[in-house]
Amino acid sequence: MSKIADFNAYPDAHGRFGEYGGSYVAETLMAPLAELSEAYQRLSADPDFLAELDRDLQHYVGRPSPIYHAERLSRQVGGARILFKREDLNHTGAHKINNTVGQALVARNMGKTRIIAETGAGQHGVASATVAARLGLKCVVYMGATDIERQKINVYRMKLLGAEVVPVTSGSKTLKDALNEAMRDWVTNVADTFYIIGTVAGPHPYPLMVRDFNAIVGREARAQMLEEYGRLPDVLTACVGGGSNAIGLFHAFLNDAGVRIVGAEAAGEGIATGHHAASLAAGRPGVLHGNRTYVLCDDNGQITETHSVSAGLDYPGVGPEHAFLKDAGRAEYVGITDDEALEAFHLLARSEGILAALESSHAVAQAIKLARELPRDGIVLCNLSGRGDKDVHTIAAREGVEV
Amino acid sequence: MSRIDRRFAALKTAGRTGLIPFVTAGDPSPQHMVAMMHALVGAGADLIELGVPFSDPMADGPVIQHASERAIAKGVGLTQVLGWVHAFRQRDAETPIVLMGYLNPLETHGYARFAREAVAAGVDGVLLVDCPLEESAMLQPLREAGLQQILLAAPTTAPARMAQLCSSAEGFLYYVSFAGVTGAAQLSVNEIAARVAEVRALAGTPVAVGFGIRDAASAVAIAGFADAVVIGSALVESLAGATDAADIVGRARSFLQPIRAALDAR
Repeated sequence: MSKIADFNAYPDAHGRFGEYGGSYVAETLMAPLAELSEAYQRLSADPDFLAELDRDLQHYVGRPSPIYHAERLSRQVGGARILFKREDLNHTGAHKINNTVGQALVARNMGKTRIIAETGAGQHGVASATVAARLGLKCVVYMGATDIERQKINVYRMKLLGAEVVPVTSGSKTLKDALNEAMRDWVTNVADTFYIIGTVAGPHPYPLMVRDFNAIVGREARAQMLEEYGRLPDVLTACVGGGSNAIGLFHAFLNDAGVRIVGAEAAGEGIATGHHAASLAAGRPGVLHGNRTYVLCDDNGQITETHSVSAGLDYPGVGPEHAFLKDAGRAEYVGITDDEALEAFHLLARSEGILAALESSHAVAQAIKLARELPRDGIVLCNLSGRGDKDVHTIAAREGVEV
Repeated sequence: MSRIDRRFAALKTAGRTGLIPFVTAGDPSPQHMVAMMHALVGAGADLIELGVPFSDPMADGPVIQHASERAIAKGVGLTQVLGWVHAFRQRDAETPIVLMGYLNPLETHGYARFAREAVAAGVDGVLLVDCPLEESAMLQPLREAGLQQILLAAPTTAPARMAQLCSSAEGFLYYVSFAGVTGAAQLSVNEIAARVAEVRALAGTPVAVGFGIRDAASAVAIAGFADAVVIGSALVESLAGATDAADIVGRARSFLQPIRAALDAR
């Protein structure tokens, strides 16, 4: 069991979660990050800001999202009750909007007029384009050329919302390269530009700020559990790429020692094949994208190309708080393969009438495994972080179906 | 006195502006790296910045990104880079060498092991783009081994922090001439001059200026108020694609010599 007394005490003032986190950026960004840190610290204690955020989350995002007992799925699995936190029901179809609504309000408060964002699956890009449109801010989204190809629908959604989508052709042409390019844009345009990072990675204060904006997921879920079931779940699970939906669900439960926490990483074609994106399960400590965390890299320290059927999990790093929770023994991180995720996708669709995002399907697969280990009166709470409409083409192509 | 300190002292005595070329280690050709380094010195380099290739060079523009990608594709890593420095040192004991790059290759190699091997090879300092002063505690083994940590200062650096950087600087302070990535933008010489004057008044070390210096004209413009100028992307671009030793050496010389001549004629 973990020796940490209070998980709310992290990160420290330098953004460190134990030996992870921090601000590993070029000197040019130190001042803008300090400015952001100061603005966020001020706003996160400002009742007017918090009231406006609450209003937006309620009336624009559609919060609270329900927890839903998937009875037919649970019966078919034949174990504990599986409950879903329905983040797929949010406006734009995923948890990502919780964070972009918050950061956009911070951006407006800081007087920034231009929003930039990176995106993998396109969910964060859509969520950023959405809030930029609503506040009348210019929006540029960086997206790997490979991801643009496999997430065409989201690319078009961003364009419909008035965003400019810039293809990134360097490196592996996926999320990590989009993040590099967004960082380069920010370094060049720091005066008027606000960078909305979509996950709990990047330099301080991003891992803190993105966690705080997503932590409403776990706060709601914890209260709903107590109100509707009179108890906390036995185990939580969520998919982990960068880790924003997972930390969102986990955070409110970290000090509940009796609640087991399991993150599902993308094992791709299997961790043994090397074609995966399981940074925590198979990586090592390193420095990437402004923070110290677990990364996938070779013996020369070069970040390796990752593989996952889901673009949103296809990332060779992970948020530093997850690295900290792993080392502290508070959370476990396991791999779910492409095939397992797809199987879970179909099972959920047929048993419950829910098309889950491929990312979230990894969590569903893990929830099924966990449910089998528990007695029937046990409860597994799984974050259904996004809906699967965006993945319909990918799934059809993979299964040889022409749409 | 370190090799870097001796070199800057000699430049000061001679009244010359230092010329610091940056090349990506392993590009355009791993086989001819050492010959290329000697050619740079022959053409007037006072110190060489050797870029350690990294897969995710966040602070670099497309020219250096692509050079890194080419080098990585040829399998270049820290061990080879240190091997080239060691080979270079067999014939040149005086020209300082600074390794420039990102933390992850060092983290993976191990800081203590890197420090030991780098000093043995003849490296004088490191400039780690993604390691600001606040995060440099883990570089303690490098300091203990005698490697100087070259710090960056930028146009966005606030006054209080600038004073802190200046008092912590070792070897020289690298002033980034504009907010952006390597190889980009137009230089606004008057603004840079004013800022560098402030930095030089605070710093106990010489100040080198880099980012955006492309040729003799821009080097001379900066030389009026800097102790040294750094030229990277334009040099890397002019070397790109060369394959045989004669071509590489020739391109290195013909790029650097006119800049050296213009600086000396000032």
